[in-house]
Amino acid sequence: MGIKYIKTTLILFFVYMPFWLTAGLLKVNPGEFSIREAIKIAQPHDTIQVASGTYLEHDIIVDKPLVIIGIDRPVIDGEHKAEIIIIASDSVTFSGFQIQNVGFSFTKDWAGIKLDRVDYCTIENNRLIDTYFGIYLKKVKHTIVKNNIMEGIAKNEVNSGNGIHLWYCEDILIEGNKISGHRDGIYFEFVEESKILNNVSEGNIRYGLHFMFSNHDDYIGNTFKNNGTGVAVMFSNFIIMKDNKFIDNWGTSNYGLLLKEIYDGELSGNVFKSNTTAIFADGTNRIRITHNNFISNGWAMNIFGSCMDNEIAFNNFISNTFDLTTNSSRNHNSYHDNYWDNYTGYDLDRDGIGDVPYRPVRLFSFVISKVPESIILLRSFFIDMINIAEKVAPVLTPQSLLDDRPKMKMLRYD
Amino acid sequence: MPKILKYVFFDLIRSRWSIIYFLFYFITGLVLLYLGHDVSKAIVSLMNVTFILTPLIGTIFGVMNYYNSREFIELLLAQPIPRRRIFFGMYLGISLSLSLSLLTGMMLPFVFYGVFGSDHTMSLIILLLSGIFLTFIFTAISFYIALVNENRLKGFGVAILVWLFMSFIYDGVFLMLLLMFQEYPLEKFSIILSLLNPIDLSRILIMLQLDISALMGYTGAVFSKFFGNSSGMFLSFAALSLWTALPVALILKKSSKKDF
Amino acid sequence: MIEIKEIKKSFGRLEVLKGFDFSLSDGKITAVLGPNGSGKTTLIKSILGLVVPDTGEIRFQDKPIKNKWEYRNQIGYMPQIARFPENLRVAELIKLIEDVRGVAGKTERLIEMFELAPFLNKKLRQLSGGTRQKVNVLLTFMFDCPLYILDEPTSGLDPIALIRLKDLISAKKAEGKTFLITTHIMSLVEEIADELVFLLEGKIYFHGTFEEMMQSHKEDNLERAIAKILEENA
Repeated sequence: MGIKYIKTTLILFFVYMPFWLTAGLLKVNPGEFSIREAIKIAQPHDTIQVASGTYLEHDIIVDKPLVIIGIDRPVIDGEHKAEIIIIASDSVTFSGFQIQNVGFSFTKDWAGIKLDRVDYCTIENNRLIDTYFGIYLKKVKHTIVKNNIMEGIAKNEVNSGNGIHLWYCEDILIEGNKISGHRDGIYFEFVEESKILNNVSEGNIRYGLHFMFSNHDDYIGNTFKNNGTGVAVMFSNFIIMKDNKFIDNWGTSNYGLLLKEIYDGELSGNVFKSNTTAIFADGTNRIRITHNNFISNGWAMNIFGSCMDNEIAFNNFISNTFDLTTNSSRNHNSYHDNYWDNYTGYDLDRDGIGDVPYRPVRLFSFVISKVPESIILLRSFFIDMINIAEKVAPVLTPQSLLDDRPKMKMLRYD
Repeated sequence: MPKILKYVFFDLIRSRWSIIYFLFYFITGLVLLYLGHDVSKAIVSLMNVTFILTPLIGTIFGVMNYYNSREFIELLLAQPIPRRRIFFGMYLGISLSLSLSLLTGMMLPFVFYGVFGSDHTMSLIILLLSGIFLTFIFTAISFYIALVNENRLKGFGVAILVWLFMSFIYDGVFLMLLLMFQEYPLEKFSIILSLLNPIDLSRILIMLQLDISALMGYTGAVFSKFFGNSSGMFLSFAALSLWTALPVALILKKSSKKDF
Repeated sequence: MIEIKEIKKSFGRLEVLKGFDFSLSDGKITAVLGPNGSGKTTLIKSILGLVVPDTGEIRFQDKPIKNKWEYRNQIGYMPQIARFPENLRVAELIKLIEDVRGVAGKTERLIEMFELAPFLNKKLRQLSGGTRQKVNVLLTFMFDCPLYILDEPTSGLDPIALIRLKDLISAKKAEGKTFLITTHIMSLVEEIADELVFLLEGKIYFHGTFEEMMQSHKEDNLERAIAKILEENA
């Protein structure tokens, strides 16, 4: 995938070089004339430099390919009237600004920076404060959103927008952004062949990252912290999920990672720490869940009976209240070679693998899935006893749900 | 009453059982803290131990102390003081000496480890407080059972049965009822059932402190809303106080009428 | 000093005291005798307020004792079995009883008499049965009371201590104190008792002086007289 981006960049470079050589430079200073006027008089492929200061403007439509650069972070304040930057041309670079105070509308998705049916744009190094939707990409292709900071003021789901919102997009790179205080940090709907790398999505009301009907996308090296739910992947196929951190997504109905109707993905090298439920999976099929660390979660995994042919292997399960729960008495997934700190078996032949299988579903977690109120009995003497009894002779928990090669020692991933 | 209390307290605090009881908590606490290095986990483990052991030790000491002091009680009864002072004093003496072992044994490891002042202070305080409540409650219940049953073996058996019921069978019945009526909304029902058992009540109070409330999920929100706010907390401690007061009242009533 | 009227007491279906009158003569030593289960202990416990009679009235110094406790200031009671809190020291036990009574006891002479000085700082669980019984005597006699009730006072005492106890009883009697004693040791009764109360199946079979007893049963030995009573009522 990386090769493809380099190619794209190179092509851009050579295609645009002649224009740069001849392109003009416009400078905008506060009080002299507006950014909008500058765009109006600029020729395609000109560069507009905007000096620092505050510009009270909104509905700035960029309708020709331009490089618009803020010097020392000029502020464009929409005064809560409407949206601020609308990019309606291909090949626009917009960077170095502080965009603030977008208006709120129940009927229109107003945004700090909106890209509408354009290709080959770059949105970089901007700071967006209270912008309802932050950066909004609608039917956009081959575009980069990089190193932006988005601080929303979302208080509830209904009156808030998403940090980075993509709808019908393709080949987008989202990298190094920091998003907080929105409904969803990053939202993907009908997005193909895109990458989300090294972003931090923190303190968003609903999801840190949200996939809907999007295929062949990767998200790698991101941190999802203290969101309603870290990441939700729904109705999406071929998603690569690697080396991310899912932390502190803690609350009464919060998850680290929510998987619903997803096929053929990979989930590896991630850390799930202090989530109410680290992974909740419903209708999840053919996903390889390997080399992850599950630490101090309420439930490490809640795998519904509708999940099939998933492979859960080489993970560490440490200090979770429950390792695994399911609502079904059947198992169609494979568990092997995981380290479970609750495992109490032995290893006589010293091959590092326990000689007796581990059953990660405790009777009580099964009971809770039937009668949620019974959680009130958690850690009571009675419950401890029936858990032990069920461990010795499983009756209700899935017979075939077991790790028959439990690791004796924690697996090290650096 | 303070006179009797004082001597019973001194008698018991010097017994080797008090020291063993103290050492048990002290060593368990040290091991959990210094080997586990996880205060929250240590508190949960200690909670499991406390909620089984405290009621059991209270039960055993309440019964044993009554039966072992049978002759001394007769001597005291022949002295010019009212009966309620003798029995209330004895009861308080037993409960206080056990509580002192519990309090010091459990608190010292945490003091050494330096937990006080941290986020866990509150859960530790609630653990200590509920441990002391359970001591007072189960000592009173077993003391009353001993008072009613002249036959030592029977008294001992009944007291152990009550302990077993409260710490084990009750939760089994509780769970069975929840499973039987799972079609109905059960939050209120669960709250009432847990208020009726001091061990369950104490356990829930600590679980909510340890932030496991979120783990309790959607229904847990109802529980934490009830037990978590100040009025729920007040109600919980009122229930624990009532649990203490009731058997004490029974002791006083029974002892004033009983033939020795 | 003590007046008992129509006193009845049942434990469950078992009627232990079947209704009798009784009055204790001042300044005398009265021995309560009777076979096991005749109601001796219940009678004593009723007087002390440990047992509440079903019917009837007990008066102490002309006042009913029901639901009262202050009158016990006037009674020194020595229980049959001397068992005390194990981890208290003897001195502490003495202090405890003094605290309860609210007066300081006269212990010095008694400690000397029963050679208890070396044990004062020992814990009660370290004491032998005989020594504990001496402590029991001390606790009873360290207060000056008009009435002493002794339940099997000789049990566990060595011969020297027994002689000391008898001396003590005589001395107290000389001061005009009243005694109520239960015992199985007939020689002790013959030696010190002025009056006898013989209980049989919850009733007073005989109440009178030693001589009256001998005369009415035409025996010259108390043990034989009692054996005869028991045979007649078998």
